Amino acid sequence: MNINATLIGQSITFFVFVWFCMKFVWPPIMNALDARKKMIADGLAAGERGKHELELASKRAGENLHEAKQKAGEIIAQADKRAAQLIEEAKAAAKAEGDRMIASAQASVAQETVRAKEALRGQVADLAVAGAEKILRREIDAKAHADLLVAIQNEL
Amino acid sequence: MSTEALTSSEYIKHHLQNLTYGKLPDGSMGLAHTAAEAKAMGFWALNLDTLGMSIFLGVLFLLVFRSAAKSASQGVPSGMVNFVEWIVEFIDNSVRGSFSGKNNMVAPLALTIFAWILLMNLMDLLPVDWIPQVAHHLGLPFFKVVPSTDPNATFGMAIAVFFLVIYYSIKMKGVGGFVGELTLQPFGKLGLPANIFLEGVNLIAKPVSLALRLFGNMYAGEMIFILIALMFGGGLGVGLFGGALQWGWAVFHILIVTLQAFIFMTLTIVYLDMAHQEHH
Repeated sequence: MNINATLIGQSITFFVFVWFCMKFVWPPIMNALDARKKMIADGLAAGERGKHELELASKRAGENLHEAKQKAGEIIAQADKRAAQLIEEAKAAAKAEGDRMIASAQASVAQETVRAKEALRGQVADLAVAGAEKILRREIDAKAHADLLVAIQNEL
Repeated sequence: MSTEALTSSEYIKHHLQNLTYGKLPDGSMGLAHTAAEAKAMGFWALNLDTLGMSIFLGVLFLLVFRSAAKSASQGVPSGMVNFVEWIVEFIDNSVRGSFSGKNNMVAPLALTIFAWILLMNLMDLLPVDWIPQVAHHLGLPFFKVVPSTDPNATFGMAIAVFFLVIYYSIKMKGVGGFVGELTLQPFGKLGLPANIFLEGVNLIAKPVSLALRLFGNMYAGEMIFILIALMFGGGLGVGLFGGALQWGWAVFHILIVTLQAFIFMTLTIVYLDMAHQEHH
């Protein structure tokens, strides 16, 4: 148990070991640990981000669904309105057509009446002349009284 | 017991003698075969067992950690790498906890100190006669297995730490700052001799306490193992009792082994932290 040069040898050995450890052992292990720490942190962050994105997506999907429902409702309402409008239009057109037909019927009736009246007028004149002829054959020459007959005919 | 012819006292002395290489009385270089011869070699002699075991253990530590460092990646660590990473993280946390400065050397230094001293101390748990017996058959007169029971080893490391403390003190504070710390505190300029005395003791106490604490603990533990080993020669009953005692002391000693390595490391970190800090 004497103090001797072992002391120096031990000190030198110590420094050599520390140098080796500092150069070749510590840095790679620490680097690996740091890299792994970073990888785990990144993974957790990515997971968190994915979760967040899923939430956003499901929210967006809900919104889309809601919007689509709303739009469908609008379309249905519009179609109903349009259908009602069409019916109204059809009704109006039918009514107008009906009115027009009635008017034209009335017009043709009026025309017929006028024509019948014309025909009757002629026949009345003829009848009157025939009657008057029969009456006047005896006393009045038809030719002499023609201007009188025409006046009567015009009065009818 | 190693040899039947030995008395208890001789047995103990034999176990406490290092394998010393140096200048023999006749002028030639060689191994000391007696304690007196080893003593006569003076300072310029080497304890081959201390150096051999500590270098072997240090290389073992570095090889294991180097291979782990090479295969360490950010992926899932395998068993050995995981173990090494666990130790490295433990050391890293200790250093972060007690070292406030910025120095890339401190953490690897702490790891080397912890692992190396732990391995040296663990040699204490080998039954005291195994390796000396093997050495005896190889023709080596002595072999002390536990390097940390040799004050040369503990003082060697403590002095290395002491140099680092002085180096970083001067590097961080300059020669003036370091000398000022030694001379101008705690009593100011007028109390200069008292300051030098107090701070000098304070400074020298660091390596001395580091070295002696480790040496004392390990030496005492080794001594108890040797004393217990003496009982194996005392018949079946005493031998069995000795076996039980040895087992119990070994279990308890695991605590001391780890604790001493940890204390040496922590104090080194603290001393280096003090070296990095300016006094106000």
